Amino acid sequence: MAEAAAAAPEIRPLVPYLTLGETREQDYLNGSKCGNCGTMYVGPRLFCPKCSSDGPFESVRLSDHGEVYVYSVIHQATPYVKAPYIAAIVDLPEGVAVNTNIEGVEPDPKNIPFGMKVKMFTEKVSEDREGNSYIAYKFKPA
Amino acid sequence: MREVAIVGVSMIKFGRYPDRDVAQLAARAGLDALKDAGMQINSVEALYSGNLYATSGSGQRILQQMGQTGIPVVNVANACATGSTAFREAYLAIASGAYDIVMAVGSEQMGKQGLLGSRGDPATSLEGRVGSYMMPAVFGMAGSEHMRAYGTQQEHFALASVKNHFHSTMNPLAQYQKESPLDEVMNSRVIAYPNTLLMCCPTGDGAAAAILCSAEKARQFTTQPIKVAASVLTSDPFSDRGLTLPDINTLTRNAAKIAYDTAGIGPEDLDQVELHDCFATAELLHYENLGLCGDGEAAKHVASGATWLGNKIPAKYQEDVAPFVDKTYAPKTHAVVNASGGLLSKGHPLGATGVANIAEIVFHLRGQAGNRQVEGSKVGMAHVIGLCSACTLNVLVK
Repeated sequence: MAEAAAAAPEIRPLVPYLTLGETREQDYLNGSKCGNCGTMYVGPRLFCPKCSSDGPFESVRLSDHGEVYVYSVIHQATPYVKAPYIAAIVDLPEGVAVNTNIEGVEPDPKNIPFGMKVKMFTEKVSEDREGNSYIAYKFKPA
Repeated sequence: MREVAIVGVSMIKFGRYPDRDVAQLAARAGLDALKDAGMQINSVEALYSGNLYATSGSGQRILQQMGQTGIPVVNVANACATGSTAFREAYLAIASGAYDIVMAVGSEQMGKQGLLGSRGDPATSLEGRVGSYMMPAVFGMAGSEHMRAYGTQQEHFALASVKNHFHSTMNPLAQYQKESPLDEVMNSRVIAYPNTLLMCCPTGDGAAAAILCSAEKARQFTTQPIKVAASVLTSDPFSDRGLTLPDINTLTRNAAKIAYDTAGIGPEDLDQVELHDCFATAELLHYENLGLCGDGEAAKHVASGATWLGNKIPAKYQEDVAPFVDKTYAPKTHAVVNASGGLLSKGHPLGATGVANIAEIVFHLRGQAGNRQVEGSKVGMAHVIGLCSACTLNVLVK
């Protein structure tokens, strides 16, 4: 037991469609494009629900900027996330949409116009018992 | 396919039953439905049991309470459309000729659990870190989409709560029977904008049951058989953002088209609708999805009074509603919506909801709905939607 070295803590993306770089500035969202019908998806895929094919899928780097499609101001805190905060659907230029938090603006509907231009950033949001860190993406006004 | 009739229904008062288990709640509803139909369990040839939280065997456990006759049991889980999917399976079994008499039961015991969604390892939970996946947020964003498209205001959605809470005061089976004027709805704490606390349905426990049989057998049991004119189930077709933000609209529109075509009616023929107002935002979206008004007219439609009991705004709420009335808008349909008080007041024990909605319509078509009776109701529709996604529509005719 004693000789089993503890694994070094890792830095991990919170979602599989966030690719981590050497620095947080190099992180990006990844998508995939169906080789059969051209539909774009967030994250990796094996199958296409639009054309019912198995692709093949081409990996695509998604843009770090987009527009707020719709949002909700959430006043329900969780034990580890403070409320209120803005949850939103952001459209990316590649034709996909992502769930995200909007930060850098007071969480009040009057501050969040539909179509607001936003830019992605990433940061550490949690750490598990083994000391592994988790990185999430968020958006802020561009 | 044979014609199918409903000859017995029941629902227990929705609420909290910490001293009962869910099979006991369902058995109460089942026995009440049998009594309503004037028959014994021995006449029932198959049981279709809707329950979302029970992993399996929900229907067998109900029979272990109310009568183990050894009949086939099918256990159904289909999100919030669980009970109504069980009902539809029961309908298909009769329509196909496989059986002559079957029972559908929906049940759920949620206790005081909230609707926050996943509760995994807090370090890897996405909730609140990559948007929000709790139901009030999903339906908040669905409402936001309507605000974006049509300039709908939070108050318009809130009017659906005012209406349904008003209706609930006349429904002794509703979990909550308390009125809430517009300022009270607007000033209750925000859960997920635009939905405030009084624009969210409660969690709870409940059960409901229905006995279905072939139309030719129905007269043996009742002088008032209710015909199932259409029983429709759809899932979500591919849509551009559908894998990110559940699209609750398209599958409802698809179901509505099938239901109207099958029943040979249009939305103008409906006297009442029980629709899936899990959140006040949802009610307005479904006015348009079901064709009760045109696209972008839902706010005007609720303010017109068309969907309120008696097709008019009660005098005590006219002042609340006045600022939102468009005098140039003339409703083209007269369906009263959620005379029961809706999920917002009646409650939403997930698996029970879809059968309870059907029971409510049957009460009205028989003229048994007491003070909330939709006068002269002859055609009603029950709508349920479950996320990820399933939509059921059942058209019932006197």
